[in-house]
Amino acid sequence: MNRKQKKMLIRIICAVVLMIGFAFLPVEGWLRFALYMIPYFVVGYDILKKAILGIWNRQIFDENFLMAVATIGAIAIALTGEGDYTEAVAVMLFYQIGELFQSYAVGKSRKNIIELMDIRPDYANIEQNGEVVQVAPDEVVIGSTIIVRPGEKIPIDGMIMDGESTLDTSALTGESVPRDVAAGMEVISGCINLTGVLKIQTTKEFGESTVSKILDLVGSASSKKSKSENFISKFAKVYTPIVCYCALALAILPPLISMFLKMDANWMNWIYRALTFLVISCPCALVISIPLSFFAGIGGASKEGVLIKGSNYLEALSQVDTIVFDKTGTLTKGVFEVNAVHHSNMNHEQLLDYVAHAESASSHPISQSLQRAYGKTLDLSRVSDIQEISGHGIVAKVDGKDVLVGNHKLMEREQIVFKECHYVGTVIHVAINGEYAGHIVISDVVKKDSEETIKTLKKAGVKKTVMLTGDAKEVTKQVAEKLHLDQVYSELLPQDKVEKVEALLEGKNAREKLAFVGDGINDAPVLSRADIGIAMGAMGSDAAIEAADIVLMDDNPLKIVKAIKISRKCMKIVYQNIIFSIGIKVICLVLGALGIANMWLAIFADVGVMVLAVLNAIRVLFLDEI
Amino acid sequence: MKKIYNIEVDCANCANKMEDVAKNTAGVKTASVNFMMLKMEVEFEEDADVKKVMKEVLKGCRKVEPDCEIEF
Repeated sequence: MNRKQKKMLIRIICAVVLMIGFAFLPVEGWLRFALYMIPYFVVGYDILKKAILGIWNRQIFDENFLMAVATIGAIAIALTGEGDYTEAVAVMLFYQIGELFQSYAVGKSRKNIIELMDIRPDYANIEQNGEVVQVAPDEVVIGSTIIVRPGEKIPIDGMIMDGESTLDTSALTGESVPRDVAAGMEVISGCINLTGVLKIQTTKEFGESTVSKILDLVGSASSKKSKSENFISKFAKVYTPIVCYCALALAILPPLISMFLKMDANWMNWIYRALTFLVISCPCALVISIPLSFFAGIGGASKEGVLIKGSNYLEALSQVDTIVFDKTGTLTKGVFEVNAVHHSNMNHEQLLDYVAHAESASSHPISQSLQRAYGKTLDLSRVSDIQEISGHGIVAKVDGKDVLVGNHKLMEREQIVFKECHYVGTVIHVAINGEYAGHIVISDVVKKDSEETIKTLKKAGVKKTVMLTGDAKEVTKQVAEKLHLDQVYSELLPQDKVEKVEALLEGKNAREKLAFVGDGINDAPVLSRADIGIAMGAMGSDAAIEAADIVLMDDNPLKIVKAIKISRKCMKIVYQNIIFSIGIKVICLVLGALGIANMWLAIFADVGVMVLAVLNAIRVLFLDEI
Repeated sequence: MKKIYNIEVDCANCANKMEDVAKNTAGVKTASVNFMMLKMEVEFEEDADVKKVMKEVLKGCRKVEPDCEIEF
């Protein structure tokens, strides 16, 4: 509890003790009244003060004003009639208990959820004059050597110089299987070192490290508000004034009508009912639980290695009905192996040598694989005039020779006669100095969880699964059949992908959402065009974190299913809370108007509903049920 | 220009009111209050004097919620 809350608790305890004590005092009349006013002011003075300030600032319809009017009114009625003013004092007391509980519960869950997402390292160990010293991570310059002992977090991204160990990456990826690392491997900050001491040379500053980027992202999440949040804050704005005017009408109209009909006006009774209205009119129960649910949803998802950039995306995710996948790197591993080299008039080593050098500047998965297949260090001075033609391939000069490496479109474009391949796989044609030099067949491997992902997505009610790829028809067909996808489009250029997604967006109704899942390397335009852009395996890739709405921390497609389930559960609880809180309030209003509900029930409608809604919201965090 | 401030406020509805006040303050392009993170994100107009604008925002927020605090 913070200081404010402690002070409130003391005030509440004092008031309760005084109330109980006075109940046994044998005093009557004005003295008894004066005594009961002590706990009233002890527990409610700040409400009264704020109510006066509210009138001064022309903010009439705030909850302090409502509570002040309701309790003072009830006391006045009790004094003039035979009612009991202790009721009004108790109402104020319960209101404050409710406020305290709310403040405590929200503070507590805020802290828990933030802790859940907190992967911030507190220090870094660096070597100085042969001694190991602890410094703040943001003081470490690039290229420093840091030491990470078992049990410590890796504070900054870097490369292992010495030592081997296993890393717990679960805080980042939600993946519980530890990862083995050894000298020469890149490691990212936020992982926990489990077994051995590691010497790491930092490759980034703290501010640019994975941990900082993720913390920034999570910190600004949920500033983008969902429709449900906007609805409820708009509702709160009209709800309070409407109930207040109803209260006024309830206080005045029935007595006037009674008088007109020459019946007993019964003013006190109707005013009491109107005051009950005021107690019910506080909107806080409605307003509090909605952002809390979303926050818990975002927190729970990030624990699973799914970063969601705002509650609007969480909401949209629950309505996903079409999911469009990029093939390479998303459903397949994006790691190609060279299967065969055909129709080449030079030796295969030589051909790969040209190809790998021509591809040396590209980060495309195919280029990377070709470089890996070559296996030797590239001599960049042999290459010049590299030109990447997106969706086609690469044109470059290697050893002064014009080298073309790409698909059949590139060959057609350059008017080179090429030979078709009868193998299933991605075919890379090569031409040197304008002459066809054969082709390399490479193939990609489908991820082991891809099939399961598509199956569970279908089971979870996703209607359409689509795959887009720049790859050849034959290869695509093979993958699509294996995974049982609904629609497949192959041989697309990056701009075609945007067009296809736009066509799909047009073909569905607005309530159903379309998500695009890509590995983020050259999918940025599509990621931002889709209703929800999901980037895979974002560790390290800035472009993906930037463009996507949802970021999966590792590249397991099954995480998409998990994210959808979390979002559905969260939205279910949000709707439960909206319907439940509004429903109870309306019922109590009706009962109050009929004179069945007294102030006790009214305060339950306010405080009780709020407590229940908050507890329900926290349920989002318990993902085990999913 | 966008800036993020830490705020202190007890109830979610008051946070919504603060957001409304901030949005309607001269010099503020748009504003968003994140009640759960206790943060206020303010995007200022091009030529706005940030300090002056934030003083106005705080003054307005105090009117709707006397207990609130904005760190700037």
